Amino acid sequence: MLKVSHVHKTFNPHTPNEVRALQGVNLDLGPGKFLIVLGGNGSGKSTMLNAVAGSFFVDEGTISIDGNDVTRWREDERAKLIGRVFQNPFSGTAPNMSIAENVALAALRGQPRGFGSALNRSMREEIRARVRGLNMGLEDRLENMIGSLSGGQRQALTLLMATWVKPKLLLLDEHTAALDPKTADKVIHLTENVISQGKLTALMVTHSMQQAVNLGDRIIMMHKGNIVRDFQGAEKKRLRVEDLLEQFEDIRRMEQLDESASEMLQENYI
Amino acid sequence: MTALIGAYTQGCMLALFALGIYITFRIFNFPDITGEGSYVFGGAITAVLIVGMQFTLWDPATPLGSVVNMLLVNLINPTLKFWGNPFLATLAGFLAGMAAGFCTGVLHIKFRINSLISGILVMTALYSINLDTMGKSNISLLENPTLISAAQHAVLGQPKLDAGGNTIKDLSTVRIIGWDVQKSELVSLAAIFLLVTLLTSLTYWFFRTNIGTAMRATGDNDQMIRALGVNTGNMIIFGTALSNGFIGLSGSLFVQHSGYADVQMGLGMVVSGLASVIVGEALVGTRSLGLTLMGAMMGSILYRLVVSLVLSLGMPPNDLKLVSAVFVFAALVLPGFIAKWRRTRPAVRAGQPVAV
Repeated sequence: MLKVSHVHKTFNPHTPNEVRALQGVNLDLGPGKFLIVLGGNGSGKSTMLNAVAGSFFVDEGTISIDGNDVTRWREDERAKLIGRVFQNPFSGTAPNMSIAENVALAALRGQPRGFGSALNRSMREEIRARVRGLNMGLEDRLENMIGSLSGGQRQALTLLMATWVKPKLLLLDEHTAALDPKTADKVIHLTENVISQGKLTALMVTHSMQQAVNLGDRIIMMHKGNIVRDFQGAEKKRLRVEDLLEQFEDIRRMEQLDESASEMLQENYI
Repeated sequence: MTALIGAYTQGCMLALFALGIYITFRIFNFPDITGEGSYVFGGAITAVLIVGMQFTLWDPATPLGSVVNMLLVNLINPTLKFWGNPFLATLAGFLAGMAAGFCTGVLHIKFRINSLISGILVMTALYSINLDTMGKSNISLLENPTLISAAQHAVLGQPKLDAGGNTIKDLSTVRIIGWDVQKSELVSLAAIFLLVTLLTSLTYWFFRTNIGTAMRATGDNDQMIRALGVNTGNMIIFGTALSNGFIGLSGSLFVQHSGYADVQMGLGMVVSGLASVIVGEALVGTRSLGLTLMGAMMGSILYRLVVSLVLSLGMPPNDLKLVSAVFVFAALVLPGFIAKWRRTRPAVRAGQPVAV
């Protein structure tokens, strides 16, 4: 469903601020699979998600979704295939437009928009029904501006919007990181339901080991722009939070070893 | 009273300008000052078409001029008679404005030039283009038929001719709440008011369609709407074109109402339009799209009324732009001050200890 091959991305090349964010990432995700992406700050996990979403073009390599080579597709073109929930609850909704209008915008994701009324009667009915399904009491506030909602309500709505038209790939970028723990649990629960009911292919970036262990069928860990660990199937099911922490510690030790090794080499040979 | 009717009419025409400003400044958050040029451009195109002047852009005897004239003028001039109809001339004013706005949008989106600079570039270029269009710095429409005169004839009947074949101006009046008002003035106000109301309603309808809501979302949260598959660049180009179309139409109406086009008439119009939008927002708030659009219209009329009042009280017309600029400054700054004042006041009033 998603195939990422040899993807490289360097920000600010040839300057002191050069960041090699992705260094030849390879990933193959089958249909209906739910992938969790873990990694420390600056490991490239969000960059990889953004590269798939089309926020920027990659320097090298190819990305294909559902058999389409989307490497040179713009972000708005890829939206035909991708549903997206952002880390910042403010990013996924238009604050000065009503709940109904926001959802109606999402109902036409990736389709041409013409001069038909955005909110006709049948659309209103459907929006009301589906928003009621969120169990947040928002169905009576459809005319309210989204800006008046809480972060959790916004993320729940964004999730509904991202999956209104069934996406070939659902991208979740730490979408609970900005929420309080209780709300985060609620949104995660909702996410799980949406993905399992729709049999969606999903990629979720997270900081939470607990979420990583509880959710998904596959975990990858990223480090310095590369995938360094990949757990699937039975191995993923056995994984516990402690195991993940151990893996992280491993990676960190390896890095320290690398640095001291290179220092030693420098001292001896230069 | 005639002055008052005049102020209402001016306000209605300004409302179209304010509608354009509302689209760029408020919906797209795009500070577009192309309007100073596209207003004149719309007016100039209309004026030239109505008068039936032949275009001669550059001297055809010069090498460059011969090329330009061959390419542009020879294509345009044969169609002048067709476009000379006041309705088509007005439409041409609208299209001219759209073309100008389209250029600004393209400069900003495709060439990634800062929005303000894009507007300045197009506005500056338009100054020359407007002079080229008119051939001189101002032209009079004389007795040629305009949209306004067409409306007057439709309501008041065809004008009588004197012995020399010139039209005699219909000066008949009607009494309204104790004042004598010229019928022709009243008809032109009604015609312009109807047109502006129609266009505002159309805009309201448009911004509730699928494509219109996508445009509003582009200004509200472009990241979100891109993720929903909308090409935000095209939306902005379309938006600046539409906005300047309304502005060009506003200029076209102004020319037809006042009977002349002047290359300087756009000066300070963006500030006036912005002032109208701000007055409108103060009047009706920003809670819903319909209210704000109506507010822009009411704001323009109120703004014009205040201007004519201040002028009649003795303010020299030269200071008008200064006062407008100061007004917009105050309107931009005051809400912040008031909010700050409100935040600090209740704490003191409630007798709570001041934080140290």
